[in-house]
Amino acid sequence: MQMLQKHHLISRLSFCRSPKNPQQKIIKRVIGVEGDFIRTMGYKNRYIRVPDGHLWIEGDHHGHSFDSNTFGPVSLGLVHGRASHIIWPPNRWQRIAPSVPADRRPLLNWDGETEED
Amino acid sequence: MFRGFAVKALCFVGYTVQYGCIAHCAFEYIGEFVSCSGPSMEPTITNHDVVFSEKISRHLYQIQKGDIVIAKSHFDPKMNICKRVIGLEGDKICTSGPSDIFKTHTFVPRGHVWLEGDNLRNSTDSRSYGPIPYALIRGRVCLKLWPPQCFGGLPDSPNDGRIL
Repeated sequence: MQMLQKHHLISRLSFCRSPKNPQQKIIKRVIGVEGDFIRTMGYKNRYIRVPDGHLWIEGDHHGHSFDSNTFGPVSLGLVHGRASHIIWPPNRWQRIAPSVPADRRPLLNWDGETEED
Repeated sequence: MFRGFAVKALCFVGYTVQYGCIAHCAFEYIGEFVSCSGPSMEPTITNHDVVFSEKISRHLYQIQKGDIVIAKSHFDPKMNICKRVIGLEGDKICTSGPSDIFKTHTFVPRGHVWLEGDNLRNSTDSRSYGPIPYALIRGRVCLKLWPPQCFGGLPDSPNDGRIL
Protein backbone atom coordinates (compact mmCIF):
# COMPACT_ATOMS: atom_id res chain seq x y z
CA MET A 1 0.00 0.00 0.00
CA GLN A 2 2.92 2.29 0.71
CA MET A 3 4.48 1.71 -2.74
CA LEU A 4 1.16 2.36 -4.43
CA GLN A 5 0.75 5.60 -2.53
CA LYS A 6 4.25 6.79 -3.46
CA HIS A 7 3.83 6.28 -7.20
CA HIS A 8 0.40 7.84 -7.07
CA LEU A 9 1.41 10.92 -5.16
CA ILE A 10 4.93 11.63 -6.31
CA SER A 11 5.36 14.48 -8.77
CA ARG A 12 1.70 15.47 -8.66
CA LEU A 13 0.68 18.97 -7.82
CA SER A 14 -0.87 18.89 -4.41
CA PHE A 15 -3.23 21.42 -3.01
CA CYS A 16 -2.72 21.81 0.73
CA ARG A 17 -3.09 24.19 3.67
CA SER A 18 -0.02 26.28 4.43
CA PRO A 19 1.62 25.23 7.73
CA LYS A 20 2.44 28.87 8.50
CA ASN A 21 -1.03 30.25 7.85
CA PRO A 22 -3.93 27.83 8.31
CA GLN A 23 -6.34 30.07 6.42
CA GLN A 24 -4.27 29.98 3.26
CA LYS A 25 -4.21 27.18 0.71
CA ILE A 26 -1.08 26.66 -1.38
CA ILE A 27 -0.45 24.61 -4.48
CA LYS A 28 2.94 22.99 -5.02
CA ARG A 29 4.56 19.96 -6.62
CA VAL A 30 5.33 16.86 -4.56
CA ILE A 31 9.06 16.24 -4.88
CA GLY A 32 9.49 13.55 -2.24
CA VAL A 33 7.35 11.30 -0.05
CA GLU A 34 8.20 9.71 3.30
CA GLY A 35 11.53 7.92 3.33
CA ASP A 36 13.09 9.81 0.41
CA PHE A 37 16.39 11.65 0.75
CA ILE A 38 16.18 15.13 -0.74
CA ARG A 39 18.89 17.63 -1.55
CA THR A 40 17.33 20.88 -0.38
CA MET A 41 17.67 24.37 -1.87
CA GLY A 42 18.00 26.94 0.88
CA TYR A 43 16.69 24.87 3.80
CA LYS A 44 18.57 24.80 7.11
CA ASN A 45 19.90 21.28 6.38
CA ARG A 46 21.64 20.50 3.09
CA TYR A 47 20.17 16.98 2.88
CA ILE A 48 17.04 15.73 4.57
CA ARG A 49 15.17 12.46 4.92
CA VAL A 50 11.45 13.13 4.61
CA PRO A 51 9.89 11.94 7.90
CA ASP A 52 7.04 9.42 8.10
CA GLY A 53 3.64 10.84 7.20
CA HIS A 54 5.17 13.92 5.53
CA LEU A 55 5.78 15.25 2.01
CA TRP A 56 8.41 17.52 0.50
CA ILE A 57 6.75 20.06 -1.77
CA GLU A 58 8.31 22.70 -3.98
CA GLY A 59 7.04 25.32 -6.36
CA ASP A 60 8.15 25.05 -9.98
CA HIS A 61 9.59 28.58 -9.87
CA HIS A 62 12.55 28.00 -7.52
CA GLY A 63 13.76 31.01 -5.63
CA HIS A 64 10.37 32.72 -5.79
CA SER A 65 8.46 29.99 -4.01
CA PHE A 66 7.26 29.72 -0.42
CA ASP A 67 7.57 25.94 -0.09
CA SER A 68 9.28 23.17 1.86
CA ASN A 69 12.63 24.87 1.37
CA THR A 70 11.27 27.54 3.72
CA PHE A 71 9.04 25.69 6.17
CA GLY A 72 10.28 22.11 5.92
CA PRO A 73 8.34 18.90 5.24
CA VAL A 74 4.56 19.12 5.27
CA SER A 75 2.34 16.67 7.17
CA LEU A 76 0.09 14.51 4.98
CA GLY A 77 -2.92 15.58 7.06
CA LEU A 78 -2.64 19.09 5.59
CA VAL A 79 -3.09 17.90 2.00
CA HIS A 80 -6.48 18.94 0.68
CA GLY A 81 -6.41 17.35 -2.77
CA ARG A 82 -4.53 16.76 -5.98
CA ALA A 83 -4.56 19.28 -8.82
CA SER A 84 -5.45 17.34 -11.95
CA HIS A 85 -6.62 19.91 -14.53
CA ILE A 86 -6.50 23.63 -15.26
CA ILE A 87 -10.04 24.72 -16.10
CA TRP A 88 -9.74 28.54 -16.29
CA PRO A 89 -8.90 30.55 -18.40
CA PRO A 90 -10.19 28.50 -21.34
CA ASN A 91 -7.04 29.04 -23.38
CA ARG A 92 -5.12 27.15 -20.65
CA TRP A 93 -7.32 24.07 -20.50
CA GLN A 94 -4.99 21.13 -19.93
CA ARG A 95 -4.37 18.08 -17.85
CA ILE A 96 -1.58 18.74 -15.32
CA ALA A 97 1.05 16.15 -16.20
CA PRO A 98 2.94 14.48 -13.35
CA SER A 99 6.66 15.02 -13.71
CA VAL A 100 9.58 15.73 -11.42
CA PRO A 101 12.26 18.04 -12.85
CA ALA A 102 15.43 15.99 -13.46
CA ASP A 103 17.53 18.03 -11.04
CA ARG A 104 14.98 17.66 -8.22
CA ARG A 105 14.70 13.89 -8.11
CA PRO A 106 15.26 12.30 -4.68
CA LEU A 107 18.72 10.96 -4.02
CA LEU A 108 17.57 7.62 -2.67
CA ASN A 109 14.21 6.08 -3.44
CA TRP A 110 12.16 3.97 -1.05
CA ASP A 111 13.20 0.72 -2.74
CA GLY A 112 16.88 1.56 -2.33
CA GLU A 113 17.74 2.65 -5.89
CA THR A 114 20.03 5.64 -6.11
CA GLU A 115 19.51 8.32 -8.71
CA GLU A 116 22.33 9.70 -10.81
CA ASP A 117 22.99 13.24 -9.57
CA MET B 1 -48.12 -2.33 -9.39
CA PHE B 2 -44.49 -2.57 -10.44
CA ARG B 3 -44.46 1.11 -11.39
CA GLY B 4 -45.76 2.05 -7.90
CA PHE B 5 -42.95 0.04 -6.34
CA ALA B 6 -40.34 1.69 -8.61
CA VAL B 7 -41.63 5.17 -7.67
CA LYS B 8 -41.45 4.29 -3.96
CA ALA B 9 -37.92 2.95 -4.37
CA LEU B 10 -36.85 6.12 -6.18
CA CYS B 11 -38.35 8.28 -3.43
CA PHE B 12 -36.50 6.22 -0.84
CA VAL B 13 -33.22 6.71 -2.69
CA GLY B 14 -33.93 10.44 -2.98
CA TYR B 15 -34.55 10.79 0.76
CA THR B 16 -31.44 8.72 1.56
CA VAL B 17 -29.27 10.98 -0.58
CA GLN B 18 -30.79 14.10 0.99
CA TYR B 19 -30.34 12.92 4.57
CA GLY B 20 -26.90 11.56 3.74
CA CYS B 21 -25.81 15.00 2.50
CA ILE B 22 -27.22 16.72 5.58
CA ALA B 23 -25.51 14.20 7.86
CA HIS B 24 -22.22 14.65 6.02
CA CYS B 25 -22.41 18.45 6.33
CA ALA B 26 -23.26 18.15 10.01
CA PHE B 27 -20.30 15.86 10.72
CA GLU B 28 -17.98 17.99 8.61
CA TYR B 29 -18.87 21.48 9.86
CA ILE B 30 -20.79 21.18 13.14
CA GLY B 31 -19.50 18.31 15.24
CA GLU B 32 -18.90 14.60 15.58
CA PHE B 33 -18.86 11.88 18.22
CA VAL B 34 -15.44 10.52 19.12
CA SER B 35 -14.53 7.42 21.08
CA CYS B 36 -11.22 7.94 22.86
CA SER B 37 -8.64 5.32 23.70
CA GLY B 38 -5.33 5.48 25.48
CA PRO B 39 -4.04 6.83 28.80
CA SER B 40 -2.58 10.15 27.68
CA MET B 41 -5.49 12.33 28.86
CA GLU B 42 -6.17 10.72 32.25
CA PRO B 43 -7.84 11.63 34.56
CA THR B 44 -9.84 14.02 32.36
CA ILE B 45 -10.62 11.47 29.63
CA THR B 46 -10.09 7.75 30.21
CA ASN B 47 -10.05 4.74 27.89
CA HIS B 48 -13.35 4.03 26.01
CA ASP B 49 -14.89 7.41 26.83
CA VAL B 50 -17.19 8.91 24.19
CA VAL B 51 -17.02 12.67 23.73
CA PHE B 52 -18.63 15.18 21.40
CA SER B 53 -16.24 17.45 19.52
CA GLU B 54 -17.55 20.58 17.84
CA LYS B 55 -15.94 21.92 14.69
CA ILE B 56 -17.39 25.43 14.65
CA SER B 57 -14.68 27.02 16.78
CA ARG B 58 -12.04 25.32 14.66
CA HIS B 59 -13.45 26.77 11.44
CA LEU B 60 -13.80 30.20 13.03
CA TYR B 61 -10.25 30.03 14.46
CA GLN B 62 -11.54 30.38 18.03
CA ILE B 63 -9.52 27.57 19.63
CA GLN B 64 -8.07 28.86 22.92
CA LYS B 65 -5.42 27.84 25.41
CA GLY B 66 -6.72 25.12 27.72
CA ASP B 67 -9.14 23.62 25.16
CA ILE B 68 -9.05 19.89 24.56
CA VAL B 69 -8.84 19.24 20.82
CA ILE B 70 -9.00 16.30 18.45
CA ALA B 71 -6.28 16.58 15.80
CA LYS B 72 -4.93 14.46 12.97
CA SER B 73 -1.73 12.73 13.91
CA HIS B 74 1.44 14.46 12.69
CA PHE B 75 2.94 11.19 11.47
CA ASP B 76 -0.09 9.22 10.30
CA PRO B 77 -2.98 11.23 8.85
CA LYS B 78 -5.39 8.32 9.30
CA MET B 79 -4.97 8.42 13.09
CA ASN B 80 -6.33 11.04 15.44
CA ILE B 81 -4.97 12.32 18.73
CA CYS B 82 -6.77 13.96 21.63
CA LYS B 83 -4.73 16.48 23.61
CA ARG B 84 -5.01 19.80 25.41
CA VAL B 85 -3.83 23.07 23.83
CA ILE B 86 -1.07 24.48 26.03
CA GLY B 87 0.10 27.28 23.73
CA LEU B 88 -0.99 29.11 20.59
CA GLU B 89 1.25 30.80 18.02
CA GLY B 90 3.69 33.22 19.62
CA ASP B 91 3.35 31.77 23.13
CA LYS B 92 6.33 30.84 25.28
CA ILE B 93 6.44 27.19 26.37
CA CYS B 94 8.63 25.76 29.11
CA THR B 95 10.28 22.68 27.63
CA SER B 96 12.39 21.62 30.60
CA GLY B 97 11.05 19.14 33.15
CA PRO B 98 9.97 20.21 36.66
CA SER B 99 13.09 18.67 38.17
CA ASP B 100 15.59 20.36 35.82
CA ILE B 101 17.78 23.06 37.30
CA PHE B 102 18.14 25.12 34.12
CA LYS B 103 14.83 26.03 32.54
CA THR B 104 14.59 26.03 28.75
CA HIS B 105 11.87 27.76 26.76
CA THR B 106 10.66 27.73 23.21
CA PHE B 107 8.23 29.87 21.25
CA VAL B 108 5.39 28.38 19.25
CA PRO B 109 5.86 29.33 15.56
CA ARG B 110 3.24 31.08 13.43
CA GLY B 111 0.36 28.84 12.38
CA HIS B 112 1.17 26.14 14.97
CA VAL B 113 -0.11 25.01 18.38
CA TRP B 114 1.54 23.21 21.29
CA LEU B 115 -0.39 20.17 22.52
CA GLU B 116 0.13 18.16 25.70
CA GLY B 117 -1.79 15.31 27.28
CA ASP B 118 -3.07 15.72 30.85
CA ASN B 119 -1.23 12.56 31.90
CA LEU B 120 2.22 14.11 31.52
CA ARG B 121 4.07 10.96 32.47
CA ASN B 122 2.36 8.78 29.85
CA SER B 123 1.79 10.96 26.82
CA THR B 124 3.65 11.49 23.54
CA ASP B 125 2.80 15.01 22.52
CA SER B 126 4.47 18.24 21.47
CA ARG B 127 7.16 17.65 24.07
CA SER B 128 8.49 14.87 21.81
CA TYR B 129 7.48 15.87 18.28
CA GLY B 130 7.24 19.64 18.55
CA PRO B 131 4.39 22.04 17.75
CA ILE B 132 1.85 20.90 15.15
CA PRO B 133 0.23 23.04 12.44
CA TYR B 134 -3.15 24.54 13.43
CA ALA B 135 -4.78 23.13 10.28
CA LEU B 136 -4.36 19.57 11.61
CA ILE B 137 -6.90 20.29 14.37
CA ARG B 138 -10.26 18.67 13.63
CA GLY B 139 -12.44 19.90 16.48
CA ARG B 140 -12.73 21.01 20.10
CA VAL B 141 -14.00 18.54 22.70
CA CYS B 142 -16.88 20.21 24.54
CA LEU B 143 -19.02 17.44 26.06
CA LYS B 144 -18.35 14.07 27.61
CA LEU B 145 -21.12 11.61 26.78
CA TRP B 146 -19.98 8.24 28.14
CA PRO B 147 -19.72 6.92 30.86
CA PRO B 148 -23.10 8.37 31.95
CA GLN B 149 -21.96 9.20 35.47
CA CYS B 150 -19.37 11.61 34.00
CA PHE B 151 -21.78 13.27 31.56
CA GLY B 152 -21.18 16.99 31.11
CA GLY B 153 -18.40 19.47 30.54
CA LEU B 154 -14.72 18.73 30.96
CA PRO B 155 -12.57 20.00 33.82
CA ASP B 156 -9.58 22.30 33.47
CA SER B 157 -6.05 21.01 33.20
CA PRO B 158 -4.88 19.20 36.34
CA ASN B 159 -1.32 20.35 35.66
CA ASP B 160 -0.85 23.76 37.24
CA GLY B 161 1.59 26.09 35.60
CA ARG B 162 1.84 24.39 32.19
CA ILE B 163 -0.38 27.04 30.62
CA LEU B 164 1.48 30.31 30.98
